[in-house]
Amino acid sequence: MKHLITTAGLDAAEIGNLLDVADHMAEINSRPVPKVPALRGRTVASVFFEDSTRTRLSFETAAKRLSADTMTFSASTSSLNKGESLRDTIETLSAMGVDAFVVRHKSSGVPEAVTQWTDAVVINAGDGWHQHPTQALLDAFTVTRSFGDGNTMQGRHIAIVGDIKHSRVARSCMDVFVKLGARVTAVAPSTLLPAGGLPGGVAVAHGIDDVVGECDVLYMLRMQRERMDSALVPELGEYSARFGLDPARAARLPAHSLVMHPGPMNRGVEMLVDPSHLPGSRILAQVANGVSVRMAVLFSLLGGAAAGLERGDS
Amino acid sequence: MNPPSAHRETRILDADDIRRAVTRISHEIVERNRDAGALVVIGIQTGGVWIAEQIAANISVIEEGRTVALGTVDVSMYRDDISLRPVVPAAPTSVPCDLTGATVVLVDNVLYTGRTVRAALEALNDHGRPRAVQLAVIVDRGHRELPIRPDYVGKNVPTHMADDVTVGPDGVVISTTMEVSAG
Repeated sequence: MKHLITTAGLDAAEIGNLLDVADHMAEINSRPVPKVPALRGRTVASVFFEDSTRTRLSFETAAKRLSADTMTFSASTSSLNKGESLRDTIETLSAMGVDAFVVRHKSSGVPEAVTQWTDAVVINAGDGWHQHPTQALLDAFTVTRSFGDGNTMQGRHIAIVGDIKHSRVARSCMDVFVKLGARVTAVAPSTLLPAGGLPGGVAVAHGIDDVVGECDVLYMLRMQRERMDSALVPELGEYSARFGLDPARAARLPAHSLVMHPGPMNRGVEMLVDPSHLPGSRILAQVANGVSVRMAVLFSLLGGAAAGLERGDS
Repeated sequence: MNPPSAHRETRILDADDIRRAVTRISHEIVERNRDAGALVVIGIQTGGVWIAEQIAANISVIEEGRTVALGTVDVSMYRDDISLRPVVPAAPTSVPCDLTGATVVLVDNVLYTGRTVRAALEALNDHGRPRAVQLAVIVDRGHRELPIRPDYVGKNVPTHMADDVTVGPDGVVISTTMEVSAG
């Protein structure tokens, strides 16, 4: 593994290895001084062509805790005219000496393209509707560690609720969860299911009431308001009535069930209950685990087995 | 085609030898640290962990009532050869308490270049400032690349750099692979 562009190239064993390394990182993060010298002298550049707070800060925190230097490039997509200028940006930063690019872009495929323009490691931090691999890994880490299941999701039922079609988070999560053995149900109106169908093994439900009584994990996606305009959802109120998590539904969740959300949350749309009142809420744990998992990804690509083997000088 | 090679395994310590060496080291630790206050035995992941467990158990028998804290340290994030060779973290660090003021006995199975111990010393630093750190190993096989020496040694074993030294509860084995000239 030279880059992390999509979860598609990862098998269950590789995912398990990354989660094991993340355990180390979680231990480091629990220390009074959460910093190790592992990536001293390496430079990690976050290049974000699309707004993001938590993912960018999470990656930068992860890099700093491994003692890497960080640089940040933020651009509103409107000011850049893709193609040439995007490539120029990457080549310019590469010339300054960057070891890893963390790339987010509103268009699918940009991180893949970036690998052509630099020798550095490229990590996809979300591209269009395509993939958000580190989110899926941190969610797998959160679920398996919450249940004490080791590196497997065998026997767990995970319901992903919301706009599956436009969600890179859902796409990456479904792939990783299924590979780890989970039973996954996509819960969405038919207008918000991907036209190309769902990955093998993923079931469909058309209302949150079908899953809320028996799922181990209720994974709520953000309802992206911009979808309202395109008439995919007739009305927010109707969406909330069928797909929102309200107090009555929360009360029907099994006692051990987890509630997760990749953020940012739309209170009053998909979340009609205060998550801090849900005993099973893992939403803040997801954020904390995000740092550990991104440290594991950075270390594995820049300093771990993969890096050494790529260079062939083990 | 690879040149023909001969593989030879020599068992230099058996299970009883190991047990005796660990017991002797435990007594030496007690003797050296009679008034040392808090004693923390820390095994280097993963080869030193079972030895550290036995040493800690022995000490609490030798000196009844003395509490010995037991911990483990993973050095992979502190190695100086990250990205020169594959570094795969073994098992997470678990340090039971703040090490400030404590006497730490660092335990590993084999002492070789000294680079693992250097990394472990740096790792321990992140958990406080110990009063002293002492080093216990079952086998010292030589070939140091850093100014590091053990305080407690099970056995000094001269080796070639190409040898492989395996230490387990059931003994110590040196594997030597020699190229054999044909004919």
